[in-house]
Amino acid sequence: MESVDLLYKAIYILVIFGITLLIATYSTYFERKIAAFIQDRVGPNRAGPAGLLQPLADAGKLFFKEDFIPARANKALFILGPGIAMLVATMSSAVIPYGDMLLVDGREIYLQAIEVNIGVLYIFGVVSLGVYGLMIGGWASNNKFSLLGAIRAASQNISYEIAMGLSLIAVLMMTGSLSLREIAAQQAGFNWNIWYQPLGFLIFLVCAFAETNRTPFDLPESEAELIGGYHTEYGSMKLGMYLFAEYINIFVASSVMATLYFGAYNFPFMFELEAWLVDATDSVVTANNIVTLLGVGFMFVKIFLFIFFFMWVRWTLPRFRYDQLMKLGWKILIPLAILNILLTGGGILLKDYLF
Amino acid sequence: MTESLFYFLASLTLLCALMVVLSKNPVHSVLFLIITFFTISGHYVLLNAQFLAAVNIIVYAGAIMVLFLFVIMFLNMSKAGDSKIKTSTISKFAGAIAGGLLFIVLISALKDASVVGYTPETYNSQVGMVESLGYVLFTDYLLPFELASVLFLVAMVGAVMLGKKEEGESHF
Repeated sequence: MESVDLLYKAIYILVIFGITLLIATYSTYFERKIAAFIQDRVGPNRAGPAGLLQPLADAGKLFFKEDFIPARANKALFILGPGIAMLVATMSSAVIPYGDMLLVDGREIYLQAIEVNIGVLYIFGVVSLGVYGLMIGGWASNNKFSLLGAIRAASQNISYEIAMGLSLIAVLMMTGSLSLREIAAQQAGFNWNIWYQPLGFLIFLVCAFAETNRTPFDLPESEAELIGGYHTEYGSMKLGMYLFAEYINIFVASSVMATLYFGAYNFPFMFELEAWLVDATDSVVTANNIVTLLGVGFMFVKIFLFIFFFMWVRWTLPRFRYDQLMKLGWKILIPLAILNILLTGGGILLKDYLF
Repeated sequence: MTESLFYFLASLTLLCALMVVLSKNPVHSVLFLIITFFTISGHYVLLNAQFLAAVNIIVYAGAIMVLFLFVIMFLNMSKAGDSKIKTSTISKFAGAIAGGLLFIVLISALKDASVVGYTPETYNSQVGMVESLGYVLFTDYLLPFELASVLFLVAMVGAVMLGKKEEGESHF
């Protein structure tokens, strides 16, 4: 790779990193605004116009609070916990294609940080590591409630990972590739996977809620029984890191769902638009770049809709009981996911037979 | 570049594997074992076997090690604080003798083994990719592959049988 390509890649990675953090920051604001709207309140409105500086005020408050470590806690692991949570949360956006290809100075720049032919597995691996931040933090706190929260998080994540993986297999059977760029490219125009995989998407959505520990699956931190769960003993910015990692996870889960099922950067009539633009501007490069940037816009619109959906559900549904959670995961979602695989396989064979 | 990366990874692997045995705290041991799995995945990536690297992380670091940690954290709960393992002198002797025997067996096995090199001209760099791996698994090694899956099924049924509640036993 040439140094210019490397430079573009570095800029792109930094931009995506910045956008991830920015979206996670403002997710906290919009979560409170949406909660306020749903509960017929006003929500944060003091810091800045319409309360827009609220996330900065929150971060400032967290940074200036006393950084407290319990006396009998395992100090190294206590500090390591939130760090791992943050690290793992920011890792997964590396393989997600946020856009197609830009043409700059005759170079093809793909709007994806790294292209690996196992992109889906990479995301899956990183997601499965997310639980370590919670477990290490919960155990190192040396507190029964923290430990219970951590154990709940671990068993919940492991249970729902299975259904998640099985629902993904149906998508992989259709696309025949593990590369996210390939999966995104196959959904060109309006040929999105959601039309073929409605059941798979539903399973994946439920599992995404469980993996990000969001209501109705926020058993690890259920404040009523566990006083806050795995982060009971945390304060200051360490607590902020845990909460921040959750919002980053929501952003990443939304990106993955948009990429796998809702056509990533593709939007209806994109080829017609590109053909028309080529005629209108007389330049293939400009037309391609305009369509690509529009695609990036559409990708982010889809991601924002999913983030809104996460928040909408949080303020609508009550929490599951623990045995209900396990029953849903093992006795409903996994058989449904296997059924979905069988149906998809049958559908593919039928299509080959008929056409 | 690749060579220095290999030596770095290899020394890290050995260091972490040693720390698994040497650290006094069982939770630290498990965490070092997780790092060991990561470094082994790094070796797979160096060998261009991306699929194995990812699956190693997902299965071992992501699932099995979580269960290890899970169990050890539960066992530690009662006597939190002093989690030092106490070993008697007899078990230390037994461990040393067993480990030494294993070491001798390994040395005698490796003494006569010849190192299989590879020829750069015929080497196929795509051999570790998921497509070629899947192709080999479902053609040349179909029977062992299916037998292994049946074995997993048997193990799963056995676990369910062992964990099943007896009739009349109280819930929770």
